[in-house]
Amino acid sequence: MRRLLIPLLALALAAASGARAADPGADLLAQRCAGCHALAGPAPQTLAQLWARKAPDLFYAGNKFRAEWLRAWLQKPTRLRPAGEFYPDHVRRGAKGDEVDATTLAPHVALSAADAGAAGEALMRLKAHDDLVAAEKIEPGTISKSMGEMTFDKFLGCMTCHEIEPGFGGASGPELYTAGQRLQAQFVASYIRSPQAWDPKIWMPNKQVSDANILKLVRYLTVLSKEPGDAK
Amino acid sequence: MPSKRSRIGSLGGAVLLLGCAFALAAAGNESAADNYRTYCTQCHGVDGNGKGINIRDMSVQPRDHTDAKAMSGRSDDAIFKVIKEGGPSIDKSVLMPPWGGTFSDEEIRDLVAHLRKLCKCSFGAAP
Repeated sequence: MRRLLIPLLALALAAASGARAADPGADLLAQRCAGCHALAGPAPQTLAQLWARKAPDLFYAGNKFRAEWLRAWLQKPTRLRPAGEFYPDHVRRGAKGDEVDATTLAPHVALSAADAGAAGEALMRLKAHDDLVAAEKIEPGTISKSMGEMTFDKFLGCMTCHEIEPGFGGASGPELYTAGQRLQAQFVASYIRSPQAWDPKIWMPNKQVSDANILKLVRYLTVLSKEPGDAK
Repeated sequence: MPSKRSRIGSLGGAVLLLGCAFALAAAGNESAADNYRTYCTQCHGVDGNGKGINIRDMSVQPRDHTDAKAMSGRSDDAIFKVIKEGGPSIDKSVLMPPWGGTFSDEEIRDLVAHLRKLCKCSFGAAP
């Protein structure tokens, strides 16, 4: 009996440890994403650290992205940052001024549907900033596209750095015409309120945007993402 | 056995190193050139000529920091204010954002000095 029990016990222990380790999403992140993306914080605290960052931090991906967008994007990734990260590394002098040197921008790896599902699930578990998103209350509602664009562009100048349709707007920040599909509303609100609370050295300024305008911007990005290519 | 003089020398060196480390930790400031590259060149350009990668669709073009005539028309205080509080604080464009949440006052003062080097000018005295 004892002879039988020992192998059985060993088998059970091996199975238990195997179950603990079987997290294909986390394994994928470690093997294929961690080379460029930070999966653990903190965000860069100095410019030297910021300049060394190869790709956006993912340690708060679960506070930032919408799961369904993440799963789809990982299978067919498109460029979100026209000038990449870190943007000055992808700028060259042109005849009319600075321009993005697209030859220095590498495409993002595409995953299979199964891998995208597993990686997406693992990313959505990374929630380093639950406190920041919990502080944001987004009242349901909408805004006309023209009023939203007025706030975004004329009153707050966000278009300086962000595109609101492909090829229209600034290049140093991520495009925002898909932001409504890509990002959680509370994240957008919190990031506008204080970019530095998420990423202390980021090149997006804190414009001291009022609660009312934050709400308008969140709603505008939702409207915009439903009509890609129609802005202006 | 080390001499008394060398022991005092080592102690002095250690104190000096410790002092430098504390000074750096207390300041936490980045250099003006590094701040300019990170935050300003996106609009003002890598050469400070107002031709950054963001200007294509901007309704108001950024200041050319190498333009001695235009830059000598602004006092250091006005430049400090526009960096810290943004364009509207000196009746200029909202497209120039406030950077007070990014830079310390000391870093902004260093940036003002950096701009004076770019324009090779001072207030009221264009070359």
